[in-house]
Amino acid sequence: MDPSLLPTIWFILIAVLWLGYFVLEGFDYGVAMLLPILGKTDKKRRVMINTIGPLWDGNEVWLLTAGGATFAAFPGWYATLFSGLYLPLLLVLVGLILRGVAFEYRAKRDDARWRAMFDWFAIVGSFVPSLVWGVGFANFVVGLPVNADHIFIGSFWSLFGPFQLLGGVMAVALFLTHGAIFIALKTRGEIHEEAKAFAWKSGIVTVVLVAALVVWQNLQWGTGVAGWVLAAVAIVAIAAATALARAGREGWAFAGTALATLAIWVGFFVTMYPDLGFDNSLNQGAPLDLWSAASTEYTLTIMTWAAVVFVPIVLCYQAWSYWVFRKRLSVENLPDDTGQAEAEPEPQRVAAGAAPVDGHGNDTPTDDSTGRREQGTDGEA
Amino acid sequence: MSPETLARWQFGITTVYHYFFVPLTIALSLLVAVLQTMWFRTGQDKFLRLTKFYGKLFLINFAMGVVTGIVQEFQFGMNWSEYSRFVGDIFGAPLALEALLAFFLESTFLGAWIFGWDRLPKKIHLMTIWLAAFGTMLSAIFILAANSWMQNPLGYQYNPVTDRAELTDFGAVMTNPVLLITFPHTLAASYLVATGFIAGIAGWHLARLNKAAATTPTLPAGTEAEVDAEATAAAERAETDRQEQISGFRWALKFGAIGLLISGLAVCITGDIQGKVMTDVQPMKMAAAEALYDTEAPASFSVLTIGTLDGSEEVYAMTVPYVLSFLATGTLDGEVRGINDLQAEYEEKYGHFGIVNFAPNIPVTYWSFRAMMGLGFLAMAIGAYLLWVVRKNHLPRSSWWFTAICVIAPLAPMFANSFGWIFTEMGRQPWLVFGVMPTAAGVSPGVGAGTVLTSMIVFTLLYGGLAVIEVGLMLKYIKEGLPEAKPVEVVENDDQPLSFAY
Repeated sequence: MDPSLLPTIWFILIAVLWLGYFVLEGFDYGVAMLLPILGKTDKKRRVMINTIGPLWDGNEVWLLTAGGATFAAFPGWYATLFSGLYLPLLLVLVGLILRGVAFEYRAKRDDARWRAMFDWFAIVGSFVPSLVWGVGFANFVVGLPVNADHIFIGSFWSLFGPFQLLGGVMAVALFLTHGAIFIALKTRGEIHEEAKAFAWKSGIVTVVLVAALVVWQNLQWGTGVAGWVLAAVAIVAIAAATALARAGREGWAFAGTALATLAIWVGFFVTMYPDLGFDNSLNQGAPLDLWSAASTEYTLTIMTWAAVVFVPIVLCYQAWSYWVFRKRLSVENLPDDTGQAEAEPEPQRVAAGAAPVDGHGNDTPTDDSTGRREQGTDGEA
Repeated sequence: MSPETLARWQFGITTVYHYFFVPLTIALSLLVAVLQTMWFRTGQDKFLRLTKFYGKLFLINFAMGVVTGIVQEFQFGMNWSEYSRFVGDIFGAPLALEALLAFFLESTFLGAWIFGWDRLPKKIHLMTIWLAAFGTMLSAIFILAANSWMQNPLGYQYNPVTDRAELTDFGAVMTNPVLLITFPHTLAASYLVATGFIAGIAGWHLARLNKAAATTPTLPAGTEAEVDAEATAAAERAETDRQEQISGFRWALKFGAIGLLISGLAVCITGDIQGKVMTDVQPMKMAAAEALYDTEAPASFSVLTIGTLDGSEEVYAMTVPYVLSFLATGTLDGEVRGINDLQAEYEEKYGHFGIVNFAPNIPVTYWSFRAMMGLGFLAMAIGAYLLWVVRKNHLPRSSWWFTAICVIAPLAPMFANSFGWIFTEMGRQPWLVFGVMPTAAGVSPGVGAGTVLTSMIVFTLLYGGLAVIEVGLMLKYIKEGLPEAKPVEVVENDDQPLSFAY
């Protein structure tokens, strides 16, 4: 079986897009899901939101690109998958809509009820996609039954077997830990300590869930040595991340949760090769797989050139934007609430500069009610 | 209702809703970039204040554009899976390129622009908004390429083995004559919305500031010297701020009004060329636009017709001779083919598709075509009127009439855009891909009417609720007027507050 190498290359490229999405949006979702847990005051919530403020929209485009690339490279996959998983996808879309307006709009009114509403938009809009994608990818491991016309023939409720539910819970836990470590990495002061403490607790739970999932996956739908290696990497990476977070090595801990996310999803995609997560056992006709779902060689060639040229460029400027916004934040950094999130100019920069800061946020004053900012006018006159 | 009817309604509702926000995003991103460039060049505070003011409104709008756009990316697969399967080889490529080349660019650099005021050097920060604006235009090119292919499919061949349309010439898809004229038309129409938006808001503020001056009482004579001095100083500051607001909004009003006239002219020219291309590739759509049943040469343009609902019998018509011939063919006595002729021809040519009626819904195409043009001309007239209002040193006087003009300035072109798209899309019916795939053949076979109805209700309610929130926020920030100009400096100190945070 060697019709062409291009479909396999595109399978890998689409896997890469999904991996980028889960590694990058994973912590975005985690940060928003942690709002009710770590964000006990409005200032803390704002610090959390601002750690992902400039980045989350760019991160989400990885999903749109994965969707578009699937449409272009594997129309058969795109058509069957999204019409078959109609209601789960609807849930994801509702979540993404709510989440998409939450951060921009919450800052636009200085009113506790208004902000609480948009916080819930962000929380629900992060929790639902995390859960649904976890359940979804576990379903691809199990296999979605299709008929001879390549139409999904399962029911909505058939998507929720025990393995699939474990997948959903695992994804939520993993992203919570990923998000907590990201907050610890990007903040100073009290919020930093609280995020660290949470990452340790949620990390332990996540290790157990990840281990259960990858072991079960390999026992029942194993893909040989490769699958077990990926499983081992996932377990070791998440365990190491948890330990490193506790030790205060947030940078390495974050690399650990990112690596665990990668290993888990690479494991999913390895299982999905080459049947794309479809179960063709009831299908009497040509199977729905990598080759029957693929576009023509001509289209794939054009798309390959576009990907080879533009994916590195995208990676460069996204990395640049992460670098620009690399500084740690604390409640001190937030401008006063004026309902339009505009800062008063700092009146005494010399005095502010004299504050004891070591640049790594280990012992910064954390008093929320520091009088330093009191000369700012209280907007909303 | 059948799943097909429901899927059509859902796609219509979600797309029209998405397109309430898109034109403003496309054009306002670049106009904000222009404002910021003016500030960068001149250093005048008023341009910084205008940049921040319109920039904030732009972001409120952008958020809605993004979330409504996400749905579109997946709706093809959800509701129109057979269509996706059939044309994915061609249609998917521009969609994927749009995400890869445009969405990444605009989202990443807009994030950098929003938060970069105190993190990036001024020049780099200015570059971010230009790149984001460039990204929005790039995305329009790709998505219009996909749509234009549905109007005028080329660069493909049908493969009977795989039973799908397969791409043979990507260059032909990207140089589709329909695309080459639809893109400038869409772009010009977007600028009509954004310049109407800028001019309308500026006009309303000018009238308000003008009235405030007229009604401000002279300062009461103070009893104590200190109080008096303080009050005088405060009044002076307020007056200085008012003068700067007037100066800023005056500039914005002229900028917007001139923009309305220029983009209006561009809309007319591109629309005229587009009409000729359309007559060429989709004669049925042109006939439907005019409710022209019998072929005529020379053909007259009907400005307004009152007739039976299906348009087949007219009771009263106001017509201008030769105009339709000119619109369609470029000559005064050119032949314009009627619906009945085309129906006969298509029955011969496309009968095997099982389509009975090859004409779209005539009242919808007839009236949406007129609504589009009428609202577009109205927007241009408003542009001319607003320029006249601020001639020499005049300022507009506040009145319900002037407020109404300011409100209509952005709304007229916005609805003109909607009607234009409704005409384009409904004028293509009964085809999904003209001459290649009937609409009925494209729906998802595995998705029932109940499921489509569920998602339609969910999206409609969600979008409706968000629209109320969005309009409320827009009005709040429009009313606030120009924000204070604050010094823009790069933050060096770790403890210093950021100039912008959510």
